[in-house]
Amino acid sequence: MNYTKLIANKELKSYFSSPTAYIVLVFFLLISGWFFTSPLFINNIAELASFFNIVPIIFIFFIPAITMSLISKEKNAGTLEILTTFPIKDSEIVIGKFWASLSLIGIGLIFTVVHLLTIVILGTNVDFGAIFCGYLGIIVLGAAYSAIGIFASSITDNQIVAFIISFFIIFFLYIINFSLIFIPDAIVGIFQYLSISYHLSNFFRGVIDTRNVIYFLSITILFLRLATITLESRKWK
Amino acid sequence: MIEIHNLVKDYGTLRAVDHINFEINEGEILGFLGPNGAGKSTTLKMLTCYLSPTAGNISVENFNVLENSREIRKLIGYLPEHNPLYLDLTVYDYLKFVAEVRELKDFKTSLKNVVEKCGLHGVVSQPINTLSKGYKQRVGIAQAIIHDPKILILDEPTTGLDPNQITEIRELIKELGKEKTLIISSHILQEVQAVCDRIIIINNGKIVANGTTDELKSSFQNKTKLHIEVIANEDEIPKMLEHINNIDILGITPKEDNIIQVGIEYSSENDKRIEIYEFIKSQKWILLEMHREHISLEAVFRNLTIEDGGSE
Repeated sequence: MNYTKLIANKELKSYFSSPTAYIVLVFFLLISGWFFTSPLFINNIAELASFFNIVPIIFIFFIPAITMSLISKEKNAGTLEILTTFPIKDSEIVIGKFWASLSLIGIGLIFTVVHLLTIVILGTNVDFGAIFCGYLGIIVLGAAYSAIGIFASSITDNQIVAFIISFFIIFFLYIINFSLIFIPDAIVGIFQYLSISYHLSNFFRGVIDTRNVIYFLSITILFLRLATITLESRKWK
Repeated sequence: MIEIHNLVKDYGTLRAVDHINFEINEGEILGFLGPNGAGKSTTLKMLTCYLSPTAGNISVENFNVLENSREIRKLIGYLPEHNPLYLDLTVYDYLKFVAEVRELKDFKTSLKNVVEKCGLHGVVSQPINTLSKGYKQRVGIAQAIIHDPKILILDEPTTGLDPNQITEIRELIKELGKEKTLIISSHILQEVQAVCDRIIIINNGKIVANGTTDELKSSFQNKTKLHIEVIANEDEIPKMLEHINNIDILGITPKEDNIIQVGIEYSSENDKRIEIYEFIKSQKWILLEMHREHISLEAVFRNLTIEDGGSE
């Protein structure tokens, strides 16, 4: 029996049985659609670059909003005690919730195929390789943000606090690339390597570099592991 | 079936559970009694593998809580304190999720069984947050028994219910106790007394009493109080003291028609009822009534928990 899948299904069900999923999806599509269409005819280039560039910024709000309640709400309502006394491992709970969040992001991205169709219809030589890389970048980005959001949700029983914490971690990782001038030369390299936007830019240029993939996977695994440790900390003696 | 050895749990510097030891046999209904904050819930949380012991050991059917927690969790059905539920799910969706987690093959039959047992007819398709507290409690119990666990643990199952609901839930618990090893925690004495074979009283993290209701009562009852009603001359009553050793007369209350109520006390070790009866017969008094006053478990409980609490 795959407990991870069960948890993911349950979370997806509760996303769609409350207004959360609908509100978040509608706003995501509205904002990304606006940023995609408005420069399209001005630039007259059949590409998704303007869409890809805005998504990481929308995600800074969008993903903390969908992950903030995942664990904090269960802590607050006490249902975590039921869930953890089922024969489910804490790591399975965390990973199940992660898949639910990533699936919701995936559903949002499926709707953006409309943008893709638009440029396929309007444009001539569309660079499908670049578009594939862009989407891949957004998915690994969504995974990393989701893991951060779930970690933030695991350390508090208050959804708002979870939102603010994950927002700041993500915002920090996103913004450092733009603040490098304030950082001493000796350690610029480290900060640049930590930056989300630095690693994302290659994807959007149509390049899949394993270093970038490893960066996002490490962030994802690190924060999911931290969330699991936080859950397990109740068992510390 | 369940063995607890020298169990200790510290929350920071606060010792919630302090070296407790007990065993639970298969099929037993155990009442876990104590005032609020005595360490009942903490013990149950360790037993259900939600928390880990600071020291000591819990084994359930030879599985250890630290090493085989998943196996233990499979054996146990648990209703936590305050009955947490996924309020936005319907009863059906919730029980289905639980059934899937519990790896039940035949969900429909299991659902039918728990709906039958817990009296959930007519609310199965409702969202849980629309249910009354009594029904929510039934959903909580349904969740705990859907996989027909060997061991059922209910943490304060009737708190916050109205008297009718309490009676209903108690009936349900009694019914469940026929087939399962059952642990119920409560701070309400009558509840435990009504349902349980054995009672463990816990206070400040320590076990202060462990036994059947009768054992507990008799161990704390060293004096027996006897009430008699006789038709006699009031002045002659004190003669009893001269003829029977080691008794005290607590009070003599004359009623109408020469009926006199007498309260007598003697040490529980020697039953004086025969001597008293023989004496009344010899005096040619007419005996209307004679009964022992039963010390209530309530008094035992109060003694145990207040004395201990007061000494700190």
